[in-house]
Amino acid sequence: MSVSRFIAAAILATALILPHADAGEVAFSERRSGSTFMAPETQAMQSNDTANPGMLGVLDGATLWGKTIGAAEKSCASCHNDASTSMSGVAARYPAFDDTLKRPVDLEQRVNLCRVDHQRAPPLAYESRELLALTALIGRQSRGLPIAGGTDPRLTPFVDKGRATFMRRQGQLNLACTNCHDDNWYKRLAGSAITQAHPTGYPLYRLEWQGLGSLQRRLRNCMVGMRAQPYDADAPEMVELELYLMSRARGMPIETPAVRP
Amino acid sequence: MAALINVPATAKRGDVIEIKTLMSHIMETGFRHTVTGAAIPRDIITDFSCRYNGVEVFRAELFPAFSANPFITFFTVATESGVFEFRWSGDNGFYEAVTANIVVT
Repeated sequence: MSVSRFIAAAILATALILPHADAGEVAFSERRSGSTFMAPETQAMQSNDTANPGMLGVLDGATLWGKTIGAAEKSCASCHNDASTSMSGVAARYPAFDDTLKRPVDLEQRVNLCRVDHQRAPPLAYESRELLALTALIGRQSRGLPIAGGTDPRLTPFVDKGRATFMRRQGQLNLACTNCHDDNWYKRLAGSAITQAHPTGYPLYRLEWQGLGSLQRRLRNCMVGMRAQPYDADAPEMVELELYLMSRARGMPIETPAVRP
Repeated sequence: MAALINVPATAKRGDVIEIKTLMSHIMETGFRHTVTGAAIPRDIITDFSCRYNGVEVFRAELFPAFSANPFITFFTVATESGVFEFRWSGDNGFYEAVTANIVVT
């Protein structure tokens, strides 16, 4: 091999390796929302409230917010008044520590706790239209605000557990979340961007789903993909994983309801 | 059910304006089956129309291949101030009507 060709090969090899030579966790300055990986058309759909199908869920949520239900004959608005003021910034800090349960609860669980304890109504099923609509409405009030997940010191042990789940290899393919979303986020998998797994826009409208879905649904998608047994809907491990992802994305702006391909 | 409508609030007479509509609907094709093999009956929007001051300016027939929450956009010419009326109708007696106002100068 000639010297010049060797140098060219060496430069090429360095260029391939250098940007992510130490493929560890995503550096703070390198964090990117999933929306930056999307086609311009999909980004335009997300940013226009009259084209974003997730806004249909928000509208439904606004109707449900004012609807009286349960034995206590209360609506969400009876206690929380106008969602646009009372719910501002709420989704940005969830999952949050619950004093009674002594563990973190996510937004879906909080809505259901409110329904059972204060409205005396049956809890809503996970991924039901009503629960997604309410969480979309609540999430929408935090759009543009920085994520503040896991800042409560009581949450620290749960963030650590979530991080351990994120780092642990699992499933028949023996993959950990980190293998894709920290080490290979800049690559593509079967034509789709892998992305850094920052939960900035949940619940979001996935074109593939033709509907809104929660972060837990997305996590189960990934677990099935690596041929692991997904956790149950309200398993503490799921909430811990959500909590770790929110603390990992701390400071990034909320996009709810986001659109993803 | 909810609908999102984007009609410009104002326009000049003779302007070509774009109208965007997004309707909340599951659009079940009728071709799918449950895990037990039972057919899931078709449940789609079959007809969409837009009236501009009572005159129909756009109509579309919808079929099972449409995605859920159909997004329909079209153009028309702003002729006079008034009301756009949008109607969606479909299987199982589905019917929704929404209006939007425009001021033409």
